[in-house]
Amino acid sequence: MNDEVLYRKRFDIQGRDFSNAGNVSSQVKAVLKEIGIEAYVIRRTAIAAYEGEMNIVMYADKGELEFLIDREKIQLIFTDQGPGIEDINLAMQPGYSTAPPEMQEMGFGAGMGLPNIIKNADKFEIQSEVGKGTTLHVIIYHSKHPE
Amino acid sequence: MGTIVLKEIVDNLGLEVKTCAEKLETTKVSGGYVSDLMSDVIANSKEGDLWVTIQAHQNIVAIATLRELSGVIIANGKQPESETLEHATQENVPILLSNLTSFEVVGRLYQMGLRSS
Ligand SMILES: Nc1ncnc2c1ncn2[C@@H]1O[C@H](COP(=O)(O)OP(=O)(O)O)[C@@H](O)[C@H]1O
Ligand SMILES: [Mg+2]
Repeated sequence: MNDEVLYRKRFDIQGRDFSNAGNVSSQVKAVLKEIGIEAYVIRRTAIAAYEGEMNIVMYADKGELEFLIDREKIQLIFTDQGPGIEDINLAMQPGYSTAPPEMQEMGFGAGMGLPNIIKNADKFEIQSEVGKGTTLHVIIYHSKHPE
Repeated sequence: MGTIVLKEIVDNLGLEVKTCAEKLETTKVSGGYVSDLMSDVIANSKEGDLWVTIQAHQNIVAIATLRELSGVIIANGKQPESETLEHATQENVPILLSNLTSFEVVGRLYQMGLRSS
């Protein structure tokens, strides 16, 4: 079975905690390196993981990442309790950002996070409910997709 | 294009070394990237790049680690926060300071033969 889960890990992500931001993506990357996933796939996964993690840090109160690996793919499932996204199509547009000025000063809020995730994912799904939270499902194939 | 060792760059540009002084001679720099936007650097920098920025907060370390950059030059005389240096020491990321602007730093790196990789 190609979708039998070989590795599964859940990470908590704390909203507004910039001092630990990036830790979860670093751990995801370390696991992929350890099991010998090819560099190109690691790079794409690390970018998607970082942007997903940062969106929870920047916008949500708290959230989590569920990280799954099976024989053919890597899955990143971000779930947060946060403000949600009112207009998802608008949020996905390159350059659109609601990051406050103090985050923009730090170089966050370029509005490239979701576009970066979409570009690096093989499959991408986003669901959001205003006042509740957001879920992001990213799939990246690490072996040739079976014909 | 041969790679350049970080030590040559430190000497040539007169950079102040804040972390990882012990690995300057062994750290190879394969290219350069300049940007102050985190999403830009995470998406477009390449492994081995030396990153030139005026951002001095601790989140630059996570980016440098995730992208396996060869180091960070903080330009414009900006001083890194102490958390940045602690984090960089832990993660083995060379942090180098310059009083020159990003423009001047990049110009000199280019003159030394460094390109975007
Ligand atoms: N998890 C989230 N919760 C609430 N809003 C979000 C979330 N992720 C993204 N957004 C909204 O979508 C916008 C665009 O996100 P993104 O493309 O990552 O760019 P940036 O984070 O740089 O603003 C954000 O500014 C924010 O308004
Ligand atoms: Mg973002």
